[in-house]
Amino acid sequence: MSCAIEARGLRFRYPNGVTGLDGVDLSIRHGERVAVLGPNGAGKTTLMLHLNGLLAGEGSLSVAGVDVRRGDTRALRARVGLVFQDPDDQLFMPTVGEDVAFGPLNLGLTPEDTTARVDAALATVRMAHVADRAPHQLSLGQRRRVAIATVLAMDPQLLVLDEPSASLDPRSRRELLEMLARLEHTMLLVTHDLPFAAQLCERAVVLSAGRIVADGPCLDILQDEGLLAAHDLELPMGFDAGRLEVAAAA
Amino acid sequence: MSGMHQTGVAGDAGSRIHRLDPRAKIVGLAGITLVAVSTPPQLWPVLAACALALTAIAAVGRVGPGVIWTRARVVLPLVVFVGVFVPFVRGGEQVDLGPVAVSREGLTTFFAVSSKALIGTVSAVLLGATTSFPDVLHGLERMRAPRLLTLIAAFMYRYLFVITDEARRMRVALSSRGYRPRHALQVAALGRVATALFLRTFERGERVYVAMLARGYTGTTPRLRALAFGRADVLFLAALVAALVPLRVVA
Repeated sequence: MSCAIEARGLRFRYPNGVTGLDGVDLSIRHGERVAVLGPNGAGKTTLMLHLNGLLAGEGSLSVAGVDVRRGDTRALRARVGLVFQDPDDQLFMPTVGEDVAFGPLNLGLTPEDTTARVDAALATVRMAHVADRAPHQLSLGQRRRVAIATVLAMDPQLLVLDEPSASLDPRSRRELLEMLARLEHTMLLVTHDLPFAAQLCERAVVLSAGRIVADGPCLDILQDEGLLAAHDLELPMGFDAGRLEVAAAA
Repeated sequence: MSGMHQTGVAGDAGSRIHRLDPRAKIVGLAGITLVAVSTPPQLWPVLAACALALTAIAAVGRVGPGVIWTRARVVLPLVVFVGVFVPFVRGGEQVDLGPVAVSREGLTTFFAVSSKALIGTVSAVLLGATTSFPDVLHGLERMRAPRLLTLIAAFMYRYLFVITDEARRMRVALSSRGYRPRHALQVAALGRVATALFLRTFERGERVYVAMLARGYTGTTPRLRALAFGRADVLFLAALVAALVPLRVVA
């Protein structure tokens, strides 16, 4: 299978001098689900914006076979779906249905094809019944699922989620987890929620100060207390990643 | 809040009026307002015909007087408040109204101002009650209204609730820390809240734009549903023209 993401020496510095990425090497294969862990300000969001050509740093980066710097941005944005942390940033159209249609229409799909995509995407996230509602009438958990649908409707090969479980109540969090687990996309999960990452991703990378400092099986990384402590990561009290491993093997 | 309330639609959402193309309703109801404001008060039958047309539209759309009153009362009292003093301050022939005498010319002006205000307001209320806000915008867009204005209105509609929520949370946070302004200087805190709200909104604007770009935004917002101007729309406008224009011209 082709590489979904191939980054070599990716560097990015913000105009105010803050370093976002400081030489990121990362390769993610087609179909993998990878958690990107790291403290605040580690460059997680900066990396995410690079994947869609919204920021362009030095070094080389190709995503789903498209060279981000030289490639066609429209094709790139069709292949990479970014789901932002705050669904209110992502849902800006008056109704849910129109919002989900926004991406496919921008890709130049016909209204018939778009309608089919909207229906399928909303059905995948189990939100078909809210198509005519306004986003502000939905709960945070529902809005987050709709935000994922807005991206699924573009039929991306790579799904990048920024803190999808943030501020969700336990039940919405579990429902979101189950829904994401059913998707077969290559997935990059940017998160602080280590148990969430452990349940969804087989592999994890730790991003700290703009560099990848660890890369390996998710459960191994979560059991490396020294590594987690060195990068301000912490499992919830009483959480035992070892037991999760036993459960996964059973 | 119910879905109906949020989009502004009231009455029977499946009625013939509700199903008309938004453009037909925008043109028709703006037309009624235009006929009314251009009519001098002596030609009251024209004003009566406008009122009748509005009543018919409200009846077909099943928009009740309660809804119209609730929405119209935001604007109407202001207009009536201004108009009500005119009969007292105008000179000329006086009419005896029990304890007070008022100017006849002033009374006519009051009648003209308030009836035209009533017709204009009710027209706008009916447009809002029979057409969802996004549809009104879509209609305006297709009628070549400046793209930037409809875009601003659409974002305002979407984010008004988000921003009022944010403002409410900030107010609660202020009062939970014992903020109760007792003299003018303490109001400064409200200024800071306003600044914080502005900055947050500005940052949100940037994030929304990035999210739009991420989904392939190129400067135009394509629409899923095209508007269709059909036979019913032509009939609606033709009926209004037939009812109002000859009367206005003859009068």
